[in-house]
Amino acid sequence: MIPASFDYHQPKTLSEAIGLLSRLGEGAKVLSGGQSLLPLLKLRLGSAGHLVDIGRVPGLEDIREEGGFLKIGGRARESDLEHSDVVRKKYPILADTAAVIADPLVRNMATVGGNLAHGDPANDHPATMLALGATVVATGSKGERTIPIDQFFTGLFETALAHDEILTEIRIPVPPPKSGGAYVKLERKVGDFATAGAAAQLTLGAGGEVVRAGIGLTNAGMTPVRAAAAEKFLQGKKLDEATVRQAARLAADAADPSPDRRGSVEYKREMARVLTARALKRAASRAQGA
Amino acid sequence: MSAPTPKTTPEVGGMGHSIKRKEDPRFLRGRGNYVDDIQLPGMLHMDIARSPYAHAKIKKIDTEKAMKVPGVLAVITGATLEQYKLHWMPTLMSDTQMVLPTDRVMYQAQEVAAVIATDRYAAADGAAAVEVEYEPLPVVVDPFKALEPGAPVLRTDKPGKKDNRIWHWEAGDRAATEKAFREADVVVKEQIYIPRIHVASIETCGCVADFDRVTGKLTVFMTTQAPHAIRTVFALVAGHVGLSEEKIRIVSPDIGGGFGGKVPVYPGYVIAVAASVVIGKPVKWVEDRMENLQADSFARDYHMTAELAAKKDGTMTAVRIKTLADHGYADAAANPSKFPAGLFSICTGSYDLKNAFCEVDGVYTNKPPGGVAYRCSFRVTEAVHAIERITDRLAQELKMDPAALRMKNFIPKEKFPYHSALGWEYDSGDYPAALKKAMDLIGYDALRKEQVEKRAKGELMGIGISSFTEIVGAGPSKHFDILGIKMFDSCELRVHPTGKAIARFGTKSQGQGHETTYAQIIAEELGIPAAHVQVEEGDTDTAPYGLGTYASRSTPTAGAAGAIAARKVRDKAKKIAAHLLEVSEDDLVWEPGKFSVKGAPQKAKTIQEIALAAYTNHPQGMEAGLEAVDYYDPPNLTFPFGSYICVVDIDRGTGEVKIRRFVAVDDCGNIINPMIVDGQIHGGLTMGMAPALLEEISYDEQGNNQAGSFMDYLVPTAMETPSWETAKTTTPSPHHPFGAKGVGESATVGAPPAIVNAVVDALAHLGVKHLDIPITPEKVWRILKEKGVAE
Ligand SMILES: Cc1cc2nc3c(=O)[nH]c(=O)nc-3n(C[C@H](O)[C@H](O)[C@H](O)COP(=O)(O)OP(=O)(O)OC[C@H]3O[C@@H](n4cnc5c(N)ncnc54)[C@H](O)[C@@H]3O)c2cc1C
Repeated sequence: MIPASFDYHQPKTLSEAIGLLSRLGEGAKVLSGGQSLLPLLKLRLGSAGHLVDIGRVPGLEDIREEGGFLKIGGRARESDLEHSDVVRKKYPILADTAAVIADPLVRNMATVGGNLAHGDPANDHPATMLALGATVVATGSKGERTIPIDQFFTGLFETALAHDEILTEIRIPVPPPKSGGAYVKLERKVGDFATAGAAAQLTLGAGGEVVRAGIGLTNAGMTPVRAAAAEKFLQGKKLDEATVRQAARLAADAADPSPDRRGSVEYKREMARVLTARALKRAASRAQGA
Repeated sequence: MSAPTPKTTPEVGGMGHSIKRKEDPRFLRGRGNYVDDIQLPGMLHMDIARSPYAHAKIKKIDTEKAMKVPGVLAVITGATLEQYKLHWMPTLMSDTQMVLPTDRVMYQAQEVAAVIATDRYAAADGAAAVEVEYEPLPVVVDPFKALEPGAPVLRTDKPGKKDNRIWHWEAGDRAATEKAFREADVVVKEQIYIPRIHVASIETCGCVADFDRVTGKLTVFMTTQAPHAIRTVFALVAGHVGLSEEKIRIVSPDIGGGFGGKVPVYPGYVIAVAASVVIGKPVKWVEDRMENLQADSFARDYHMTAELAAKKDGTMTAVRIKTLADHGYADAAANPSKFPAGLFSICTGSYDLKNAFCEVDGVYTNKPPGGVAYRCSFRVTEAVHAIERITDRLAQELKMDPAALRMKNFIPKEKFPYHSALGWEYDSGDYPAALKKAMDLIGYDALRKEQVEKRAKGELMGIGISSFTEIVGAGPSKHFDILGIKMFDSCELRVHPTGKAIARFGTKSQGQGHETTYAQIIAEELGIPAAHVQVEEGDTDTAPYGLGTYASRSTPTAGAAGAIAARKVRDKAKKIAAHLLEVSEDDLVWEPGKFSVKGAPQKAKTIQEIALAAYTNHPQGMEAGLEAVDYYDPPNLTFPFGSYICVVDIDRGTGEVKIRRFVAVDDCGNIINPMIVDGQIHGGLTMGMAPALLEEISYDEQGNNQAGSFMDYLVPTAMETPSWETAKTTTPSPHHPFGAKGVGESATVGAPPAIVNAVVDALAHLGVKHLDIPITPEKVWRILKEKGVAE
C-alpha cells in the first residue's frame, strides 16, 4: 500500500491551480481531501504523474446562505457540514448524510466537493444532491459555469468536469416552508459504503399534499440514481401508507445495483425500497415540523 | 463463590486490586516501541511480490526491471534460497511450507520474490516491477471436493502423497457412542460451519533482522508471541548455514495484538533473516494490511456435523461430531504436537455426557496455510460452538426452555474434579451458579414474557444462551509439547538490596497487561509493592526459556512460576529473618511484606529489611543475594467457564440484527486484577461478536480472497459494539498455586453461540433451526422474505 511516485504541486490561488492543470494535462489530478484519491494511488489502482493540491487555495471552504441558495464551498469538509448551524437547522438531509460518511477522521479531511467530483455512485452525497436539486459550479481556464446535478454524473467515476476545471461551489436552493428531507443508509459497519441508501427531500402544500419530491439512490447503478418515476408519482399526493409503499416500489424499480459482498442484486433493490419508504416518512415528518 | 477480599493493601497492590496498568503511560503517550519503530544504522527495507493466482506453475521470474529501480539492491527468489536449502521450512505442526517457491504457487498472495532496497518506497516499486510468468493450474477451494477421488493432489512435493488428506484424528469411544445414539429417544443433528477468519491485529507482522558479520550474532526484532521457541526453531532450521543458538537473539518488543496470529513463523521473517545474513546489513520487513489479511495464518474453517442424543425428559446421553478442517496448502497451525485438532475434545462442554466421540480430518486446499488458534485456546471456539448450538437445537426439538435444559444437564458441582467422556479432568466448576446469575442479571423470565408479546405483534426478538467450558493453560509436560519442547513456563525473580525487584518471564504480553499482573503476583506473595516490581519478557538473551503467550496460558503457567519463584524467595527470606531476629524459623509468622515473631508482633523484619540483609548481612554459610528461578510444569489444565445471555432485535425491513443486551458471567477462578480481567472480557466479547455477525474470509472458485482488505473484512468498531454487561462468580482452580484459571479467551469462545442462539430463537417460531455465521443482514432478510414476514 505504497503509491508509485508522483510530483506534488501546491498552488496558492485558484488561477494558479487551473493554470497548472491546463499545463500538466491529463497526467495531473486535483488533490482535495485525498480520501478517495490517495487510497486509489496507494493500492496502485490508479496513477497520477502530478497531484495539484488545492488545500491552500483561499475562499473555497465557506458554507452560507446567499441569494436564495445554500452555497457550499468546493473545499468545505464533511466535518464543516456536520458542524454548520445553518445545515443543522435547515438542511437535516445534509446533516444526515455527513454523519454516515466514513468516520470522524475521514470526515475531517474529505470534502463535499470531492465526494461529488470523484463520480463514485457509492458515495453518499450524490443521492442527497439529486434529491435537493443542487447545481455544481465549475471554474476552469474558460471561466466559470454551472452544471445542474442531473447532468453532472456522466459515468462510473466520470463527471461533466473538464480536465482543467475545479469544482468551486455547490448551490442548493433554499427550501420553501413545509420542506424536509432525510437520508437513510444501510451499511455493514461504520465507514462502509452503502449497501443501499435513499435520500428524500419533500415540500408539502397547505393540505399536506406533495408539492415537490426529490429522491436519490446510492450505490444503485453505475451512476447515482434519481428515482424520477417515484418523484412524479408523489406529485400532489398525500403521504399515506399506501402512497409511500408505492413510491418506494417505484424507486426500487429505478435501482440497477451490482452484486458484491454487501449483497445480491435482489437484496440491494429491495433495500432501496425499504430505505426509500423510511426516508420519505422521516422527510415528511420533518416537513410537517414534527 | 464471591471474590475473596484482597490480602494486601491497595498500596502494595497484590491480587484483587484494580491497579492501573503499568504499561499504559508509554502506550498512551505514543511511546511504545513496536517492531516498525525500530531504526538501525544502515537498515535496508524489504517488500514482497506475491502471486495473483491460487494455484499456478511458475514458468519464469524476471527480476531485471526490478533491479533497475533506483535504490533496489537485490531480488531474492526461491532459486536464491534453494542454494542455501532455505526455500522450504517446517511448520510448527511438522508439516512443511515454502519460504519462496521455485516452481509452483499454492495460494493467492503467496510470496514469490522479495526485493531489498535502500528505502521502503524503492522496495515497493521494485516488488511491483518483478515480472512473473504463470501457468494457472486447477484450483481446489472446497475441502469436501478436495477429498473426492480424482481431485488434483496438491502436495506433489511429498513423495507418495496420493490425496489431500493431511491427517485423521479421533477421540472417544465410537462403539459406545453409537449404541447410545441407537438407544436415544431423540437425536438432533446439524451441519455447522465456522468460516475462516483472521486475527486482524492492529499491528501487522514484521521484523528487523540484524546479522553482525563480525560477531556472527543474529538479532531479530520480531512480532512473535513465542520468542524462545522461535530461537530454537531458527537454530534447528538454519543450523546448516552456521546459525547456532547462542548466536541468535530474538527480541519481541511491544506487540500490537497477537491473538495466535503471531505464533507461526512466516516466510517474510525467514527471507529477511537470510537477506541480512547474506548482505550483512539490518533488513526491515513489515507487512501491509492486505498482505496480513491475505497471506498470514487464518483461524477456524471447521465444517462440523454435530449430533446430540437425549432422553425424552431432556437428559443428554451422547454427543458425536465429525469435522473437516480446511488447513490451506499446509498445516501451519500451532497446536501442541499430539493434538492436531487442538483441544477440540472439550466438545462435551459443560454437560454430564456419558458418551462422546469426535473425529477430525485435516485437508489441503489452495488457500493460505494455517490455522492458528485465534483467541480460542486450541479449537475450543469450534467445540463450544458445536455443543452450544446443538444444545439449543435439542431444546427446540423437545420444546424445552434452553436454560432449563442446560440446568438439567450441567455437571453438578459435587462431581468436580470431573472426568469427561473424552478424557479431560475438569478441575473445578459451578455451572448452575453462573447461569442463574446471568439469568437474574438480564431478567430472563421477563424477557421471555416480552418475547411472547412481541411475537403477537409481529416483532422479532430473541434470547440466546451459551454456557461454555474452556480448557486452557497448556500444559502438563506429559501430554503437551511443541516440536518436542515441553509446554512449561518460567520466571526468574531477583530482589534488589533496597527491596525492589525484577521478574523475567518466558511468556510475552501482546496487550494482556503482564507488566502489571505479574508484578501483582509477586506483590501478593512477597508484599513488595507491585509498583516496585519491574517485569520483563520477550528478549531471549535475558528472559528464562518459556513457550510464550497464547491459549490463555500465561497466568496458568508463567504466572504460577512467578508465584512459586516468589515463594522460593520467601523461604530464603525466612531464613534471613530468623537470623536477623535471632529466633528459629518455626517461630516466625508471615503476613504480606514481613515476618514477625509468633506472639511478639513488634519483633518483625520487613521484606525490604530482609532484602538489604541478603546483600549486607546474610548468615554465614548462606549464599548472598535474594533470587529464585522456577520452571512450572502444570499438573493439569484449567477450566474457566461462564454463562452468557444475549438479547437481539431484528429489523424486519433490512434483516439487521441488533444486540440489545449482552450479559456475560465469567468464572476464571481467583482474579489478579479485576479491571484487566474486565478489559479482556470486553475485548473478547467484541472479538466473539465479530465472526458471529461480520467477519469472514471466503474464496471464489478461482481461489481469489473475497475479503482481502478492511473494506470487506469487517472488523467491528465501537459503533457496532453493544454495551457489554459483565459479572463474575469465583471458583478457584484447586491445583493452581493461587487458584487462577486464565481468562484471555473465554469471551471469544463463549460469545458466538450466545449470539447465534439468540437470532435463531428470534426466528424459531418461523421454523428456523440453525444459521451459520456470520449472520449477515441479507442472510436474515432472505429468511424473513421466504417466511413472508419481511417489511
Ligand atoms: C475509510 C473511508 C471510508 C469512506 N466512506 C465513505 C462513505 O461511507 N460514504 C462516502 O460518500 N464516502 C466515503 N469515503 C470517501 C470520502 O468521503 C472521500 O474523501 C470523498 O468522497 C472525496 O473527497 P476528497 O476531498 O477526499 O477528494 P479526493 O480524494 O482528494 O479526490 C477525489 C477525486 O475527486 C477529484 N476532486 C476532488 N476535489 C475536486 C474539486 N474541488 N474539483 C475537481 N476535482 C476534484 C480528485 O481529482 C479525485 O479524482 C470514504 C473514504 C475513506 C478513506
